[in-house]
Amino acid sequence: MRFIDPHIHMTARTTDDYERMAAAGIVAVIEPAFWLGQPRTSVGTFVDYLSTIVGWERFRAAQFGIRHYCAIGLNSKEANNEALAEEVLDVLPRYLPKEGVVAVGEIGYDDQTEAEDRFYRAQLELAKTFEMLVMVHTPHRDKKRGTTRSMDVAIEHGIEPQRLVIDHNNEETVQEVLDRGFWAAFTIYPHTKMGNERMVEIARRYGSNQIFIDSSSDWGVSDPLAVPKTARLMLERGIAPADVEAICYGNALKAYGQSGQIKEDDWLNPPAIDQRVLYEGNSVLRGQQPRIDDLPPIPAVKEEIVFK
Amino acid sequence: MTPAALLQTWLQRQLPLPTRQWLDSQCALLAGTPTDRELNLAISLVSRKLGKEDLRLDAGDLKQASAARKDWDPRGWSVDQAGRVLLLLSANTAAAKFNAWLDQLCQTADVGELVAFYRGLPLYPDPPSHRLRAAEGVRSNMKAVFEAVAHRNPYPREELPEGAWNQMVLKALFVGSALHPIQGLDERSNPALMRMLCDYAHERWAATRPVSPELWRCVGRHADSFAVADLQRVLETGTTPERQAAALALTDCPDPAARKLLARAPELEQAIAEGKVTWNSIAQPS
Repeated sequence: MRFIDPHIHMTARTTDDYERMAAAGIVAVIEPAFWLGQPRTSVGTFVDYLSTIVGWERFRAAQFGIRHYCAIGLNSKEANNEALAEEVLDVLPRYLPKEGVVAVGEIGYDDQTEAEDRFYRAQLELAKTFEMLVMVHTPHRDKKRGTTRSMDVAIEHGIEPQRLVIDHNNEETVQEVLDRGFWAAFTIYPHTKMGNERMVEIARRYGSNQIFIDSSSDWGVSDPLAVPKTARLMLERGIAPADVEAICYGNALKAYGQSGQIKEDDWLNPPAIDQRVLYEGNSVLRGQQPRIDDLPPIPAVKEEIVFK
Repeated sequence: MTPAALLQTWLQRQLPLPTRQWLDSQCALLAGTPTDRELNLAISLVSRKLGKEDLRLDAGDLKQASAARKDWDPRGWSVDQAGRVLLLLSANTAAAKFNAWLDQLCQTADVGELVAFYRGLPLYPDPPSHRLRAAEGVRSNMKAVFEAVAHRNPYPREELPEGAWNQMVLKALFVGSALHPIQGLDERSNPALMRMLCDYAHERWAATRPVSPELWRCVGRHADSFAVADLQRVLETGTTPERQAAALALTDCPDPAARKLLARAPELEQAIAEGKVTWNSIAQPS
């Protein structure tokens, strides 16, 4: 089975992670622009960060046979520094049309302040101008209301639901997201109070339509193998392989594939120019399907896998 | 024909009509007085609009390329790279403005754009003004970007000062890039580079790591007695391609000691005289 991690901050990860991810069958990742754990103080650091995720990080991933895509946007936390946020908004159009940019993201609400609302709306408008998909970060606090509001505002700005991904869902938000026709992504996150059976139960209850999972791994405690590990658990618990594949690979490809910027051929049959200069994956090797027993085992020590 | 006219001809015959029309309209836009946003958008959209197929070139095209611009070698270019360079060349501006644009584009470039911009180096106005840009490309940690400057590109041979040239050759070995696609390797070899390369070979030997046989290509012509001793070591203890490389380097070396060493390997001397062993045959064994 092949996997895509459609939300992971690789700039914060090591080459060991890349090696383990490739070995576990991850063929592609999407890196949304995010914050760095502390707020930036000038537009120049945003420029360098955004240039890194369309340049150096793509090259770094390619060395391990992993295709790297990204989403470009101003995150909700840093939208609260309005003077700086305005400058960032001005440089975003220089990045949105770059190769491999699959969406505007991750954008949305954090504290649900007025400033966050203003820049979320401005970026929804950018998505319309550039005819792009949207990746929405839903807030960790006051999640249900924030998620509903994210969708309401997107609709208000004329974004079609099938062109927007609502990320970081949980059992409380998923029904409404699916009912309204948006894509529902779940972040699997280790070491929190919730049990690791939850994603399995969600797959059982909601099936695989419009649903996919990611790790959202970053500089915090997180697991870049969350997608293949969860796949293994779902298979062990009897979820049909076709559903597991949709949740861990196919649906993310379908959702972000609407951008025209991510295609299965990119890793199964990369263009000659990429094979020469930019992609050190061996397409023959990558064509092999890692078997289920090749997937990383669920650790004997109880590792709790939960939603962020 | 100018390089821009050639790029246009090649793209015209390979691209479907709507794509051609888009590219023509963007060339016209950039030939006027485009805003920064229009420039950025046009250049960025190229890979989405044109795709990434290889640019199809035959022997006649390559001949025309080197006639339009001495030693220009567009083998291995893709249509998006050709499109981006064509757009840059269409911008009808003074060199100062061109350089400001190029700097700005490089600042926010994705990796594919960087490769295109550096491959275009030999075609830009006011060649000496791009020396720092070229050296910056050589410093890149992205092998594809490094090779866009170093490989099949007449710019480094013509413009890089000796220090930057030597760094480029040494770095090629360091990152596992081939030397033979570098233009002007033989004519620009120099004593300082010879010394750097021999020191590098010693470092590799000390770590029991292999040394690329191509390294010796830039050593022979300026070899001092220490370098000749290194070549002797390779000739006596190396693998077949290493021994061939040592013999070739000794052939280039004016030192009489080199002649004597070569005489001890008559089979290699003869193969070289007959053209059976060359730097290209070592770099690309058939």
